[in-house]
Amino acid sequence: MTVKQLSIFVENKPGRLARVTDILAKGGIDIRALSVADTTDYGILRLIVSDPIKACELLKGAEYTVKLTDVIVVELEDEVGALARMLALLDSHGISVEYLYAFIGRDKGKAYIIIRVEDNIKAVDILSGNGYSVTKEEEIYKI
Amino acid sequence: MAYWNQKVECASREELDKIASQNLANTVRRVYENVPFYRNKMDEMGIKPEDIKSVKDLHRLPFTLKQDLRDNYPYGLFACPLDDVVRIHASSGTTCKQPVVGYTQEDIDLWAEVVARAIVAAGGTKQDFIHVSYGYGLFTGGLGLHYGAEKVGASVIPVATGNTKRQIQIMVDFGSSILCCTPSYALYLAESLREAGIDPSTLKLKSGIFGAEPWSENMRLEIEKSLGINAYDIYGLSEIIGPGVSFECECKNGMHVNEDHFIPEVVDPETGEVLPDGEMGELVFTCVTKRALPLIRYRTRDIASLTRETCKCGRTLVRMSRPCGRTDDMLIIRGVNVFPSQIESVLLEMGQTAPHYLIIVDRVDNLDRMQVLIEMSDSLFSDEIRKIEEVEANIRKNIESTLGISAEVKLVEPKTIERSEGKAKRVIDKRKI
Repeated sequence: MTVKQLSIFVENKPGRLARVTDILAKGGIDIRALSVADTTDYGILRLIVSDPIKACELLKGAEYTVKLTDVIVVELEDEVGALARMLALLDSHGISVEYLYAFIGRDKGKAYIIIRVEDNIKAVDILSGNGYSVTKEEEIYKI
Repeated sequence: MAYWNQKVECASREELDKIASQNLANTVRRVYENVPFYRNKMDEMGIKPEDIKSVKDLHRLPFTLKQDLRDNYPYGLFACPLDDVVRIHASSGTTCKQPVVGYTQEDIDLWAEVVARAIVAAGGTKQDFIHVSYGYGLFTGGLGLHYGAEKVGASVIPVATGNTKRQIQIMVDFGSSILCCTPSYALYLAESLREAGIDPSTLKLKSGIFGAEPWSENMRLEIEKSLGINAYDIYGLSEIIGPGVSFECECKNGMHVNEDHFIPEVVDPETGEVLPDGEMGELVFTCVTKRALPLIRYRTRDIASLTRETCKCGRTLVRMSRPCGRTDDMLIIRGVNVFPSQIESVLLEMGQTAPHYLIIVDRVDNLDRMQVLIEMSDSLFSDEIRKIEEVEANIRKNIESTLGISAEVKLVEPKTIERSEGKAKRVIDKRKI
């Protein structure tokens, strides 16, 4: 019930992000969602892509440090308060979110939240048990 | 002209060679009898103690390398019973197996004697207040100057390193007249005085004895101008005794080697062949009076030359030039000896298999700054910033505990540190000394 996320180590220098995205573009990799976490000197580029295994190989071949991480993608109604309710649910079960980011689906009215937690199985159980739809890997590219 | 020990410092060349020769012969016999390392080496080379009659025979003896000290860690090269040892020091940059040196009471006394010569040559008298801002501890700097100053009869202020504000307060309140520290710290103090709005000419400070790191004539002029003092160089290394192996006089034209205790040679670093006076090569010292650790022909890795011309100050002691480089990759950062391999060992211990790193040393506002660039690898990487920051903090902490000085750690992308053919470039030293 999890989705593979690519994490890439990128120095904070001009042109670095352009180079990473160029490698992916040339490999025919489609980016579904992304976020960047950064510090003064470096950042971690996190991506949900159409073919994570291939993308990982391409980037490793170009000497990047890349890691695949399992994250959860939750489907929400695109409405006021939906994210707050979902986070309150996780919080009430003692699950802390390391980081999250979001994208809006092509279907009207849906939002998707990508969340990274320590215990994926527990988080998925809680979300599914409370009526949330957790997106499967094979579905993510159809969104 | 003031001398601490005029009889020796101004003795004739014949007299100096005679003293050195006698001491050498005695020491060679002692190490042959008491140190298996030297006995084995001499036996292998077919040299008997009685073959060494004078300084002219010195070149026949085997060299001692820093590695030999490590191999015989900690006390294997000591030539006296451990009961007689009253003090232990170690090289700065305290990794495991750094050379350990020992002193008997006689060694401590002779150390104080040679440092006293340096202090008097720098204008020191019993009226002086000697402000020692070298590190105290396993490092020989602080205690070396301390005992020498007491020997002269001066008042020692053992301030040690750090807390510049307090250093300045003490200088003002206690009337420090001679400052002992690294030359870069002297410049930093000068700058700090200026910032505090204190005119150095209102201080009692008249001279400084600076060492433990390389410096230049330009730095001397800057220190002398900014502090309004005379700046003198002092040289030493813990393996030989610590500070006081050689010292500058008021002529500031090379450092007088206390050759009645430490016989200097300059050798070709490749062949080990002794080079004539005036030629640059690796400095080698033989300790001929020490009891605990009389090293024979110790290779310092420092590059310098010697001259036996009598100095205008009247001293006849052979002079060495200011060391102008190293035959190995050792760096001296804030007075601390640093080997790039120490950084490598930290990374290896943290599970890095083939760490790629680059040490960048710079001097900012007269203080040395070390930055270590480390290529990101799978074993260090995480999708969480927090975990990467933990890794950085651990590397920083381990470097500091291994080297004894702090470093700025910066993670960089893989394959971005330049690879050159053959030997990897590990160090960029941007300091203009």
